[in-house]
Order: sequence, then structure tokens, then C-alpha cells
Amino acid sequence: MSSEDRELRRISVGALARVEGEGAMRVRVHGGKVEEVALDIYEPPRFFEALLRGRSYTEPPDITARICGICPVAYQTSAVHAIEDACGVEVDTSVRALRRLLYCGEWIQSHALHIYLLHAPDFLGYESALELAKVVPDAVQRGLALKKAGNDLMTVVGGRAVHPVNVRVGGFYRAPSRSELEALVEPLQRALEAAEETVRWVGGFTFPDFEHDHEYVALHHERDYPMEAGRMVSDRGLDIGPAEFEDHVEESHVEHSNALHAVLRGRGTYMTGPLARYSLNFDRLSSRAREAAHDAGLGESCRNPFQSIVVRAVETLYAVEEALSIIGSYRPPRPSAHPVAPRAGRGCGWSEAPRGLLYHRYTLADDGTIEDAVIVPPTSQNQRAVEDDLARFVEAHLDLDDQALTWQCEQAIRNYDPCISCATHFLQLDVERRA
Amino acid sequence: MTTFRHGADSGRGERTDGHGETVRRRPRLAVWKFSSCDGCQLTLLACEEELLTLADRLEVAYFLEASSAVVEGPYDISLVEGSITTPEEAERIERIRRESGFLIAIGACATAGGIQSLRNYADVDAYARAVYAHPDYLDVLPTATPLSEHVKVDLELRGCPIAKEQLLEAVGALLHGRRPSLPTVSVCQECKRRGTPCVMVGRGVPCLGPVTQAGCGALCPAVGRGCYGCFGPAESANVPSLMRWWRDELGVDPRATMRALRTFNAAAPAFGRAEAFTGADTRPGSSGRGEHEL
Repeated sequence: MSSEDRELRRISVGALARVEGEGAMRVRVHGGKVEEVALDIYEPPRFFEALLRGRSYTEPPDITARICGICPVAYQTSAVHAIEDACGVEVDTSVRALRRLLYCGEWIQSHALHIYLLHAPDFLGYESALELAKVVPDAVQRGLALKKAGNDLMTVVGGRAVHPVNVRVGGFYRAPSRSELEALVEPLQRALEAAEETVRWVGGFTFPDFEHDHEYVALHHERDYPMEAGRMVSDRGLDIGPAEFEDHVEESHVEHSNALHAVLRGRGTYMTGPLARYSLNFDRLSSRAREAAHDAGLGESCRNPFQSIVVRAVETLYAVEEALSIIGSYRPPRPSAHPVAPRAGRGCGWSEAPRGLLYHRYTLADDGTIEDAVIVPPTSQNQRAVEDDLARFVEAHLDLDDQALTWQCEQAIRNYDPCISCATHFLQLDVERRA
Repeated sequence: MTTFRHGADSGRGERTDGHGETVRRRPRLAVWKFSSCDGCQLTLLACEEELLTLADRLEVAYFLEASSAVVEGPYDISLVEGSITTPEEAERIERIRRESGFLIAIGACATAGGIQSLRNYADVDAYARAVYAHPDYLDVLPTATPLSEHVKVDLELRGCPIAKEQLLEAVGALLHGRRPSLPTVSVCQECKRRGTPCVMVGRGVPCLGPVTQAGCGALCPAVGRGCYGCFGPAESANVPSLMRWWRDELGVDPRATMRALRTFNAAAPAFGRAEAFTGADTRPGSSGRGEHEL
């Protein structure tokens, strides 16, 4: 044991940057063993599930979008699915295609943001993308252009990039015309090249040697790579529909966190998000995305969370291709929204947010007033996995000095692209070492 | 207070401090977050084409979502997102105010409480019990309030989220030493400019456009829905008059009216105190603060 480990030491980073939200991390090391790891989420609670009570069944797409400025479409999509389920309405394929197109825009902008602005600086030893831009301006410009392609797609389909205004229960207020979407083709074709270059770029980063053994959970669809539809499956035999979610997922409230922790009942820690989606749905990717993944050194599944940046890049490439494909065969839904009459009942819905599975459940009164709401965001589902990874990572790297260890711990947290605004946020990393 | 002057020619900020000394350096920008969704900060990162230019003109001294580099204050410009919902936040905003030359509240949370200010009309303990198994772990204020209720705010950018154009205008104007030009007219003006037919007059769709401040570009009527007021009340908004029109001409239920006004700017008095003129609060025994009214 090094002399460092025998004495009590505390490293404080003040605040973990480049994450969405506010949280802190405490690591206590005792005699070469990690005694405690806790992800403190002290993003103040905003009580969405409570404030939704008494609101109308038409409001959750607009209200729950405000949980997260980075993934509002995920909230809107899961919300409309749950409410349509409660009201017994199933939308047709043309509405589904338009929802998927909007979702592609969100994946592109959210993944490009995380890859270039939040995570890449870790791998290259910079404190921000603004610093990075002085060294590799072309790469950062490419990232911003890619992000813009996603935002522009959201603006055309959703009316606005942050908190789109065009989503409603049953469909859309207005279906964009074919010519409006066709104007996106050329920028998206450029984005396709940028996305391919992104996969190559991040594939060349150096990844710490690290693997986890969490159960992977993601949506799985008979035909498509999961985004807005599918059943929830795992690599250990789970296969359920939305109505069964709460039978299998248990949320608990722990003292150090304003987020609720989720575990699979009787099974424990699990992981949702890009790595799980990719590993459970590799064969649903396009051949171009699979090839790019292969060339970047990924197999058909991936268990190294540090490589999640490569998986995000592959998913970005897929989302651009998928957007082009949807635009290619686009027929505006007529009408743009199905009529959805309120009725008393309970409805569940989900979708794959950029960060993982997002579940909503609403109970409605007969006039459509919301009596009860439950929202389970991906970051609270992943919180245990993040803590577990950190404990194992720190234990395996106690030889690093505090500065290097802290840097890599922050990087490990960012592997999950935690959205603490969602889970409710400020990561402060304290490493305490003592004999 | 620090004021901005010139600086346009050299591309560098020039400011005078309290002692009349002129300091030549790039103005220092800080971005702060309180209770919010990150969407308004994200609007800054969504200035894709302008972001790197802005980063040249300003020293990004504190922007946790984008950078782990932290430069100590004081800061020339602080952009502040979010509303004040915890005792810790109430203290932190005062500290930030002291360290900031020009403080800009960005977005509906910072200017009018945000959606979380619905708690101002309910019982926050009941809210906490509805969501958390151990409400005693939480340390929250009973209300979610705009920054201006806690500190002096030099400029407010409205919206949920803010408009990128307004953000660039505000920061650009400060760099050039002029007051930003921001609209105080209503969304109706923007519909007219866009040539969007009136959804309320034409199709009877309830719309908050006549009482909502312009700035979004009249996005909602452009997709055929009524404005939902995310830029908050316009300067001379006659909310009671519009609400009477909704009731008498469109037959909108008072509960629906209340919900429409109490959303992302619920702590703005012109919208939040809707019970005074919607008739929804006329039942005997109603205090006007019950959760049941939402």
C-alpha cells in the first residue's frame, strides 16, 4: 500500500462540470478498499409529478418537456404514449414516422452536444470545447454543425429546438409539408458525413481498460432500432410491455439524493442508455452504422462505459440516416392528429431518451383531469450503475494521484451523460482516503 | 454598478470600475443555474454559428455546463437561469449578485418562477409527500420565485426557453455599450408580421397571444395552436379583458383558463393571480391557494 492510502485525504472538485444539472460525488477509501461511493444529487426538486395532478390530460407534453431542456422530445413522446394508452387510442404509422423523425433530431443534437462539448475534452485533456476549439477547430466546428442539423430538424418538425410546440396528444398540431422536409435533405447529407467522421474521430481516442457487468435494459422493436417504440428487454431475459414496468422496477429515496434510485425487483442494478441499446439492438442498426462501428473498434456489444462516446457517435450516424429515410418516404399525416377523447383510466408509455429509457404513467379522471403521475427518467435508473462503476474504477486505480483519479472519475460519471435536471443536479467529487 | 462602454472597435470590452479606472480586457462572462431545466443555458450552446466568435469576444469565466475551468469573480456579465426554490439558492443568488457587474435573468424560471412556481398556489409539503418517500430529506422553500424578488436584476430575457436572437442581441448590445432592443409588444404583432391568420378570431382557438410578450416569433399560432404564454405577460397586457372574451365568446371553462395562465410564468402577477378575474375563485371558502384549483 502506498503512503497515500494510509492517511486520510479529501479531494474536492467543487462542482462536476459538463453535465446537465447539479450533483456531488463522495468516494471514501479505507485501506485500499472503497468503502462508500455516493452520487449526491442536490439539484433542487421541482415536484413535477405533484404539479401535474389536477392538470388536463392534454398538458403533459408541454409541461413535462420542461423537466429537461436537452431531451424535451423524450418527455413529450413518453407522455403522449402514456396518455394515448389511457384513452385507448393508437396512432397510425404516419404519425409514428413523424414522431420518430422529431426524435432523430433530438438524438442528433443531444449526442453531438455530449460528444463534442461535454465528453471529448476529457479524452483529449482539455477543460472545455472552447479550449479544444483552439487546438482542433475543425473538429469542434464539425460538432457544432452536426448539432445544428439536429436542432434544425427539431425546429422544422417541432416548431422549436428547445421545448417544441408542435407535439400534442394524438399527433401534431400541424404536419410539415413535404417541401419543408425536403429542404432538410442537403444539410442532413452533410451531417451524415460529419457523423461518419465523428465515429472515426472518437474511435481513435484512448479508453481506460474497464468493463462492467450490469444487466442491460433497453427497448427492442421487431424491425427498428429503438427510439420511440418497442418492448423493454434485457440481456438476462426480461421482456415486458409498458403496463408491467412498475412490477419490475422499484424506486427508492435515499438520503444523499434528490433523485429516486431505481433497481430491477429481485435482480438489482441495471443500466439503460446507449450502451444497452446498442448491445441489445446491434442487428437493428443500418449496415452503414454497423460498419462504422466495426471500423471504430466496437464489437456487436460493448461493456466499457468509456466507449459510450463511440456508441453515441454510431447512434448519431444512425439517426441522421434514419431521418433521411423517413423524409424520403414522408407522407404528411392526415389529419395531423388523431382525436383523443378523455376517459377515466390508467396509461403507461415509454421511449428511448438519448440517455436511456424514460417511463411515464398517468391516471386520469373521466373528464381527463390528471389524478396521478409517475415519471422515471433514465438518470435515476442509472444512478446505481454509475456509483458501482466508480467504486470499482477507483479501487482499480488507487495508484493514480488525486488529480488524475479525480479527472478520470469525472470522466467516468460523464460516460453516462447524466442528466441531473431530469433525475432532479452539481456533481461535487470528494475523494476521502484513509488507512 | 459596472457599466459597459464601447469596445466594438477593438473587439475588447472596456469597463469602468467603481473608482473610475478604465480596465481593458475581454469582458468576463459567467453562466449560473438555479432551479430549471438547463434549456436556456442550452440556448447559448445552440448559438452554433456564433458560439466560437462569442468565446473570442468574451472570457467565458464560469459556465459549468460547458467547462470545468473556473475563473474567480468578479464577473462583468452574469447570465442566470432558474428560479429560487431552496434556502441555499436564496443565499447563492445574493453572492452572485455581489460578484456580477451586469446581471441578466434568462428565461421564464428566472423572470417568473417557471413551472415549479405552481407550488406557490399549493402546499409544498403535500407536493413533497406526493413525490418522495422521505420528504424530511429535502430542504426546500415553500415558493419558487423569480430572481427579482431576491436581488436587483439589470435585464430580463423572457421565454421558456429564451430566444437565441434575444440572447445574442442582449450580449451584443452590452459589448457595444448600448441598451439591448427587446420587444415589449404582444405576440399578436409577430403573427401579423409573419402573416399568420388569427387562430382565435378565425377558428375560435383560445390564444394567449394578445397578452403575451413577443419574442418567440409567434411559433404556436404558426402551427395552428393558441399561444400558451411562455414569454410571460406583455407590458400593457389586459388579461382580465381577454379572459372575459375567452369565457363569453369561446365558452372556455374557468378551470381551463386558470390552467392556461398558470404555467411557465405562474409567478408573474398578471398571469398567476388569475383567480381575481376568471371567476374560478368565487366558491365559498376558497382561499385562492388550493391545489384543487389548478
